[in-house]
Amino acid sequence: MKYAFYPGCVARGGAPELYDSALAVMERLGIEHVELTKAACTGAGVLQEKNLKMGDILNVRTFAMAEQMGLPIMVLCSTCQGVMSQANHRVKKDPEYLAEVNKHLAAEGLEYKGTTSVKHLLWALIEDIGLEKLKETFTRELTGMNMAPFYGCYMVRPTDALEFKANPTRETSLEDLIEAVGGTVTDFAGKTACCGFPILFINQANSMKMVANHTGTAKDLGADAMVTPCPLCHLNLDGYQPKARKQVRGDKADLPVIHVPQLIGLAMGMSEKALGLQKHIVSTKEIVRKAEALPTRV
Amino acid sequence: MPDAKQETMNVKLKVKRYDPADSGGKTWWQEYEVDIHPDSTVLDSLIEVREQNDGTLAMRCACRASICGSCGMKVNGTAKLVCKTRVVDVAPNGEQLIIEPMGNQHVVKDLVISLDTFFSQIKRVEPFLQPDHVPAQGEYIASNSSMENLLTSMNCIMCGCCVSDCTVLEVDSNFIGPAALAKAWRFTEDPRDGKRDERLKTLNDEDGGMWDCTRCMKCVDVCPKGVAPMDRIMELREAAIEAGNTNTSGYRHTESFYNSVKKNGRLDETRLAIDSAGWTNLPRLLDLAPIGIAAMRKGKLPPLMPHKSEDNQKVKDLYKSVEDES
Repeated sequence: MKYAFYPGCVARGGAPELYDSALAVMERLGIEHVELTKAACTGAGVLQEKNLKMGDILNVRTFAMAEQMGLPIMVLCSTCQGVMSQANHRVKKDPEYLAEVNKHLAAEGLEYKGTTSVKHLLWALIEDIGLEKLKETFTRELTGMNMAPFYGCYMVRPTDALEFKANPTRETSLEDLIEAVGGTVTDFAGKTACCGFPILFINQANSMKMVANHTGTAKDLGADAMVTPCPLCHLNLDGYQPKARKQVRGDKADLPVIHVPQLIGLAMGMSEKALGLQKHIVSTKEIVRKAEALPTRV
Repeated sequence: MPDAKQETMNVKLKVKRYDPADSGGKTWWQEYEVDIHPDSTVLDSLIEVREQNDGTLAMRCACRASICGSCGMKVNGTAKLVCKTRVVDVAPNGEQLIIEPMGNQHVVKDLVISLDTFFSQIKRVEPFLQPDHVPAQGEYIASNSSMENLLTSMNCIMCGCCVSDCTVLEVDSNFIGPAALAKAWRFTEDPRDGKRDERLKTLNDEDGGMWDCTRCMKCVDVCPKGVAPMDRIMELREAAIEAGNTNTSGYRHTESFYNSVKKNGRLDETRLAIDSAGWTNLPRLLDLAPIGIAAMRKGKLPPLMPHKSEDNQKVKDLYKSVEDES
């Protein structure tokens, strides 16, 4: 498989370990990629608050670049996935609007015909590679490791733009992956809720309550770690967990929040360093120790 | 899928019960099983329970046609109008359905919640027309298109599903909530209303106003009438900015994001944090410092000089072509 690779701002900025671990896992799987280095930010839904059309134009430009290469887009971020899916949905159902958007792209010699699909690494692994084939690359089963899924709003809503009906595995993709690596799902109601990141700079008290509730609840239910396909959720749930837990629950940050490719990398037997697990704010030492204590196969 | 020729379907329900009179404030789960027509809704099965199995089960319903808004409750964790929810759609293989009262609102008994929370939020936005003049004669004629524009919000039947599942209300009862904000939008967009600027300013300035929404889209997802409250909240924000309300972190956040992509093609995370706090807001800036230091020690501080997308002049040109147009 080959993809037009769109890592997103955060994987290239505040969560570099996501970029590194994704590349390591993709290489092990033989997934080819061409990075869309000229593509702009999706706008994350924030830019869209000021100018929705501007956001759509930036995203359609990215779709047109991938279309020219004849490749589907792969993203590493729930927010990129959601914002791109919504933009794609809007222009695909309204040819007049697409023509209007295309007018702005003409100067760059681009025109979007509406054929590009956008897939998060998580979805691509399940839909294009297949979990069985993925399992063949694992060198250990993460038996006894309890993982709480945390999707990020944009990977689960709105379901029409995300094409859940045509792709029913998307609804449980994270749980299915956790089971595929041999882990146990720690199910909890907050898994599809907001992590609080979008209001971090606007209403920090509310944002901290969300971080403390989600990480605290998952820990109370026995989770060893939380797994998320969204680096924005990661930034808040990991980076602000010490502050949130102290402020809201009066306890300590004790739940590592890992990225999807880091979970896969652990099952592939990759090292802490290769996966950038030492770069987390909440220590991942305990889960690395647990994983490394498990039997490996060749 | 149940056999279409089959006359009845077995429905398993697990209902969250609460009776303030005899359980000392405790809740408990009760399981029921009923056999009903395969086309039935979740409401039909609950009515069957109440009429045949357990007369003490309290719930609220009236029209059975998704127009009165009485039967909102949680099915498998998500707020729904149960009269509009067919059993086969939520339990295609005969799975047990988990039924709970709506969230973020006071439970009176079993599945019945108090409407006080909902209406106290709605009252905060003064949900009535406040014209600044009366036509000299005759009626106030509003154009067709202006009224059509309001239809999304006017479809609201005040069922409370969006309030139930709002992720902000879960942590902050002072948030005005999705239903009230969608209602407020309806009045800011009505050409007959004379209080547009005041309404926008109030909702922009007040704690728990339009900027506290996280954009999680839960309300869009659960609204049974297509009101899409969050989309209305985004329109309120855009209108508030256009009307000159630039005193919020929310505004600075949006503005910084927009300009960062314009300048670099990408997001400048460090700049976004500082811009949102406000460059002269020392306490907020100092608050960011420990987080920045912790990130730096782990080797993951966003670069101080932002990453730019390659050939980012093209993005600047695009911004110009869009901005020139409007």
